[in-house]
Amino acid sequence: MSSVVDAKVAKEHGLTVKEWQHALDVLGRTPTIEELGMISVLWSEHCSYKSSRVHLKTLPTEAPWVIQGPGENAGVIDVGHGLAVAFKMESHNHPSFIEPYQGAATGVGGIMRDVFTMGARPIANLNSLRFGDPKAPRMRFLVEGVVAGIGGYGNCMGVPTVGGEVAFDPSYNGNILVNAFTLGVLPKDRVFLSQAAGVGNPLVYVGSKTGRDGIHGATMASEEFSKDSEAKRPRVQVGDPFTEKVLLEACLELMKEDVIVAIQDMGAAGLTSSSAEMASRGGLGVEINIDLVPRRETGMTPYEVLLSESQERMLMVVKKGHEAAVHRIFEKWDLSSAVVGVVTDTQHVVVKDAGRVVVDLPVSLLVDEAPMYERPTQRPEGLEALWVEPKLAEHPAAERLLALLARPTIASKRWIYEQYDHSVRAGTVIGPGEADACVIRLPDAGGTPKAGGGPGIAISVDMNGRYCRLDPRRGAALGVLEAVRNLACVGAEAKAVTDCLNFGNPEKPEVMWSFAEAVVGLGEACRALDTPIVSGNVSLYNETEGRPILPTPTVGVVGLVEDVRRVAKTAFPGPGHRIFLLGSTDVLSFAGSELQLLETGVLSGRPPEPDYARARAVHGACIEAVRSGLARSAHDLSEGGLLVALAECLVAARPGPDGVWLGAEVKLPGGERTRSAFAEGPSLILVTVLDSEVEALCALAERHRAPIAELGRTTDSGRLHIDQFLDVPTSALSDAYENGLMRALDLNALGG
Amino acid sequence: MKVAVVTFPGSNCDEDAAYVAESLLGASTTRVWHKDASLPDGTDLVILPGGFSYGDALRSGALARFSPVMGAVRSFAERGGLVLGICNGFQILLEAGLLPGAMLQNASQKFVCKRVRLRGHDTGSPFMRGLAGRVLEMPVAHHEGRYHASDEVLDRLFEERRVAFTYEGANPNGAARDIAGVLSEKKNVLGLMPHPERAVEAVLGGEDGLGMFLAAKSFLEAR
Repeated sequence: MSSVVDAKVAKEHGLTVKEWQHALDVLGRTPTIEELGMISVLWSEHCSYKSSRVHLKTLPTEAPWVIQGPGENAGVIDVGHGLAVAFKMESHNHPSFIEPYQGAATGVGGIMRDVFTMGARPIANLNSLRFGDPKAPRMRFLVEGVVAGIGGYGNCMGVPTVGGEVAFDPSYNGNILVNAFTLGVLPKDRVFLSQAAGVGNPLVYVGSKTGRDGIHGATMASEEFSKDSEAKRPRVQVGDPFTEKVLLEACLELMKEDVIVAIQDMGAAGLTSSSAEMASRGGLGVEINIDLVPRRETGMTPYEVLLSESQERMLMVVKKGHEAAVHRIFEKWDLSSAVVGVVTDTQHVVVKDAGRVVVDLPVSLLVDEAPMYERPTQRPEGLEALWVEPKLAEHPAAERLLALLARPTIASKRWIYEQYDHSVRAGTVIGPGEADACVIRLPDAGGTPKAGGGPGIAISVDMNGRYCRLDPRRGAALGVLEAVRNLACVGAEAKAVTDCLNFGNPEKPEVMWSFAEAVVGLGEACRALDTPIVSGNVSLYNETEGRPILPTPTVGVVGLVEDVRRVAKTAFPGPGHRIFLLGSTDVLSFAGSELQLLETGVLSGRPPEPDYARARAVHGACIEAVRSGLARSAHDLSEGGLLVALAECLVAARPGPDGVWLGAEVKLPGGERTRSAFAEGPSLILVTVLDSEVEALCALAERHRAPIAELGRTTDSGRLHIDQFLDVPTSALSDAYENGLMRALDLNALGG
Repeated sequence: MKVAVVTFPGSNCDEDAAYVAESLLGASTTRVWHKDASLPDGTDLVILPGGFSYGDALRSGALARFSPVMGAVRSFAERGGLVLGICNGFQILLEAGLLPGAMLQNASQKFVCKRVRLRGHDTGSPFMRGLAGRVLEMPVAHHEGRYHASDEVLDRLFEERRVAFTYEGANPNGAARDIAGVLSEKKNVLGLMPHPERAVEAVLGGEDGLGMFLAAKSFLEAR
């Protein structure tokens, strides 16, 4: 690498002409090549949020139960009983498209590090995945690789992957999304932060040794894809879950001793960002002797060591004089630990290589002076013209239902989640595929399981990118509503949100408009539902050859279950139960619906305006019905509408020992029948009760001012029957639903 | 009853096993680090838990068998002590030669996590009292769970009533003759791929795994 630093080298590092000039102005001299490297990664979109910060500032982040909001490695909320949970969601989209196994694996590894850096024992992983058309080139390879990578890392770590969501749309053909979520538990009064403190305290490096992998990964995540992206494969990091597992145990063991002042994961931009961020958050400086950093390759330059994104590493500020405790515990776990520097009061990041100063930058230049853009926004031309509800041709309802159930976005994800260990840690009360949200029994503060019932955590990740394309504000808000509704279905009250905002190139005003609108929608919904956003991540430049993905502002919602013995699942409980619909069908629409896409291939219409009062009423009624034991099953309406939801409840019940399937005898709610059957809308939940409990359920709904309508009853007929409209065997529904994904992608059965 | 749960680097079901022993069986439970060369005095039952010891480097269990603690486990077993190897623990027992056979990658070449049905066999083992002929449901979670041995060895295992469990109905990994768990000659060492320690509470989906722990407990208490 040339050591002459000029405008051309700065451009190669991804700095714009203006940014380069700004760096020169603030610094008052030409930076060294090491300094330029550090500036370029910290000023990258990935690290600096330069396009998104002005918008993110508008989001609600506070509530009495929020212990730590955005700005740290993960958000933390109080969940009672002296416990807190730390959680966050993060994207690993670009690496996963280039090298799906390692991209997805290191995404999972990175988010778990973010969580245990806070002092939390990870107890649940979820993920939100977006793939392209199943028949698109490489798509099967990408699906298989991403799933194997998520499993490969999470399974080895012994953290259960308990839920998630997967959707398919051609807009992701050249840019899949891999958003990984982790939640951990910790004592609420022992949250570890990343603010450097105590001048003279040593900076200690722990974990894996540093190699040349992943250099400039953060910069890659800040560019659009082109045909030569394949050549960037070496920028994708390689994960080692075994090392992370022992790093996790060593860190948690050390955290029990009173020696850590601050701790920061070396994620994107590695040592560069961890040192600068710790100094910045503490208002101090750091001095690093780069030659002391443990390495696994010879001949690495200071530039390479500073920018390496080798995985499974942490940087700590340790109380002076307590270095031996760190070395003792990390030696026990056969991991490296080394004092590599010291906290200073200079407010500079100084890096020395065998005594020679190679970096001397004000922390403020790297962090506070990072560019912040109020990028131009432009509502897409002709958006209103799209807001016309599509006309659907006449078609037999049974065929429609079977075709919808087989759609890979709707079909069972069993082939995926059976590759994830979802039962380790003795806490999975509701795992993947059983209900609208997963439920984890809360362990004690150290993560040890607690027998019996007691409180639990419910989690759901969700977003519908098609609604967001048609109206990003409404779409994002509807996504929050759905995730919160999923929690209500298992009897959980939503408490807080993490987001992962996946969009195209922010330099395009139409993309920036959709981003800004989506943030408004998220903020509006989270305020209305009292669920502050406590952590998150922004992933921009999700485009290939100029075509952006659907706007996908994924949310992960965390809520509380009072007693894990009182939850509800999707499956109908048995024959002879009465089926009710909470909510009102007056909002049903075909805009962006699965049926519209299936039959017209066109995306049009406008999703409904969210009605938060209605949502609160329906959620409140459902939570009480589940917690009181009235509701024997609960399942919300989402993609595919009412009949898909009914079919899912029947199929989930599985045949009895005699091989007989459940059936249902149903009347559609009022209005046009195809619309009632297949259109989509928010705040609608199917619940079942015993005959003797019908009155109690209706009274409960009335108390919450939630609309309620009876649809029919479950039967032992093994058929879904709607008079003069549809009659299908449940076994046929199951065949379409259970095999849809494998057929669409031509996947091999897992066996057994 | 005194239970020792061994932790290797990469073990990840050690906490679950210790939880079952301590909280559900009321056993005095010690966590043993793999670098320890001895077991706590008076140990009645050793559990080698599931996980990815040494990240499954070379083969699952291939490195863990060299850990100092394995010498102590071997002599404990030779003296008739009860040893239970679950999942990776089973793989370690195979690599250490405490149980016959070997483990191959699943026939699907993929990790599999699901509930499976098992049939318990009449073996005369302290772990299996009351389980013969019963069909039990437990989770499996593994990538290398396809039990393999020569026909001669397999025949002998069945003859000597050393097959503790077979998969009932569906075989999740392609294991030879549907074998899910095997016993040592003296029937005091049991290795199995399914996770009994994950099937011990109704709220987590079932209690079928509790039986073998309770059988071991009553055997030990009756001594």
